[in-house]
Amino acid sequence: MGTFILKRMFSAIVTIFLVATITFFLMFLIPGGPFLSEKAPSAETLAALEVKYGLDQPVPVQYLNYMKGLLHGDLGTSLKKRGMEVNDIIATGFPVSAQVGLIAIAGAVLVGVPLGSVAALNRGKPLDHIIMVASTCGIAVPSFVMATVLMVTLGVKLGWLPTMGLSGPLSYIMPCIALAFYPAAYISRLMRSSMLDVLGQDYMRTARAKGLGPFVMLFKHALRNAILPVITYLGPLLAYTLTGSFVVEKIFTIPGLGSEFISSITSRDYPLIMGTTIFLAFLIIMMNMVVDIVYKLVDPRIKLK
Amino acid sequence: MEQEKMNPHFLSRQLDVSDFLPADEEEKQSLVTMGQSVSFWKDGLGRLRKNKVAMVSLAVILLVMLFAFVLPSFYPYSYEEQLRGRENLGMLEPIPEKALALAESKGLSTFPHLLGTDNMGRDYLIRVMMGTRISLLVGITASAIILVIGSLYGAVSGYFGGKVDLVMMRLVDVIYTVPDILIIILLSVTLKYPLKNLASNYPAVFGWIDTVGVGLVCIFIVFALLYWVGMARIVRGQVLILKEQEYVAAAKALGAGSGHIIRRHLLTNCIGTLIVTTTLQIPSAIFTESFLSFIGLGVAAPMPSLGSLASAAIGGINSYPHRLLIPALMISLIILSFNLLGDGLRDAFDPKLKH
Repeated sequence: MGTFILKRMFSAIVTIFLVATITFFLMFLIPGGPFLSEKAPSAETLAALEVKYGLDQPVPVQYLNYMKGLLHGDLGTSLKKRGMEVNDIIATGFPVSAQVGLIAIAGAVLVGVPLGSVAALNRGKPLDHIIMVASTCGIAVPSFVMATVLMVTLGVKLGWLPTMGLSGPLSYIMPCIALAFYPAAYISRLMRSSMLDVLGQDYMRTARAKGLGPFVMLFKHALRNAILPVITYLGPLLAYTLTGSFVVEKIFTIPGLGSEFISSITSRDYPLIMGTTIFLAFLIIMMNMVVDIVYKLVDPRIKLK
Repeated sequence: MEQEKMNPHFLSRQLDVSDFLPADEEEKQSLVTMGQSVSFWKDGLGRLRKNKVAMVSLAVILLVMLFAFVLPSFYPYSYEEQLRGRENLGMLEPIPEKALALAESKGLSTFPHLLGTDNMGRDYLIRVMMGTRISLLVGITASAIILVIGSLYGAVSGYFGGKVDLVMMRLVDVIYTVPDILIIILLSVTLKYPLKNLASNYPAVFGWIDTVGVGLVCIFIVFALLYWVGMARIVRGQVLILKEQEYVAAAKALGAGSGHIIRRHLLTNCIGTLIVTTTLQIPSAIFTESFLSFIGLGVAAPMPSLGSLASAAIGGINSYPHRLLIPALMISLIILSFNLLGDGLRDAFDPKLKH
């Protein structure tokens, strides 16, 4: 187990290092360096700025400095928001995004797992068909489509829910549904196929043969085994929720990290783009690692190398 | 029974000489019970044809392609033509008198705007058509890139095995964990300038970058860099099984080179997997493209894409909800039908893949 965790951590570190390196060298592709803006600074100012930020040094030294900064958790300074550290922007935006994202993830799991199980238990019956048709349609709808459709119907036409900001519990409903819709559909499909798998196993027959009630069978034997693929999906789910939050936050004007990221792309605020990318990549890679480790811990049948 | 009735001596041990006459041609023919030979394609297509859902999705895809590639050439408006006096028309709203007079004097078309016009007076239906074209092109091209890189990489890795496999698959593992959307965004932001420079400095060689659009080229580069890993893993798995087959040993014994074996024997034998995985890759590429266009990183300005159309429509959501709903529904329709067709193809050509 220890070796496995170490191995997995090592590969996570390699990936983060890779992403950070790619990010660093992509910085050099931008013409004019990071100080390019509408009103071009004078040559002296530019030189002073370059000295201040160490940009007059050779590339390898800059790379080392950048990596050193990263190791200290320093992501640099925003260009367009004067004086704001990228760290501060992340610190204010991320909690908002995390709130919406976690509700969406929880919602997706809480809807997807029961739906998939019900479909599997009613295999071939109308209920199964209804759930499968709905989830097949569900995985064809990108989050921004869902968000905009919700906005038009519930927000604008019917006026039931607020269309902007996060003012009360009601305003969480639409963004969270928009984010959770696709993963809920995906999880229900995943859950259905793994549940069907489990229901056909010998130990289920044994459980029935020894007279276990349907609830014990379902919750103690079937569900615990069938839910494993859903656990592995949690890593990609987090990545999906984070990227989905970019557009959902833009549409519902939520002051989270996602809308900050989108506006940093449109305003070409490079340090903010880079910093946010590295932060989110770190988060996703870490989550993938944790999921892998949890998966092996939960399922003792998986051999550890 | 009939035989017994016909032969009065059926209980006797005496042999009937007529049983031992050489068979004539007719009798020989009646013994040939072989069915018509069923090729891989015929077999799969037959199964696909019976799958109603897949056939309906195929029909929908063909209709959408007609809508995107053929219809625009017969349509009286172009996607970038700004018609003065016809800004912000609603669905099926008649063209105002003033604009009609203007059109007459300038010889412009007065064909009704079925889906209205946008805020710059461009016909919305043709923009949706062109947007659909872009989405389909991106989906198909990206999948082709993924197919080529992924299948070759996976086949080489699986065929050579051992240390080669170990190193190649470790690389795949690393790429697999890289958050792709983030890297795409990063690349689209930063590659814009170098690609533009390339196009303007060497118009002879890289002029096509401008015509395709820098945003799209970025998307393709990223697909080529990151998205092929799934395909590579699947192909490798197949090749690992296939390379143990006798015909591969036979080819080796006859002195065939590795390249020949991979091309002629291994890849051709996992063609079902390749078709299915590529088809299922198309919707995910369209998904990504529409997402990028939606956040403003996709195609360049006058060119519409379904994602950028939806994104542009958010501002006028109160007055013109159809501008948002139509591209949004179009994206969902395309993704849904490709998904369903892919599922059908998998059932027809590669039932083993179904888990």
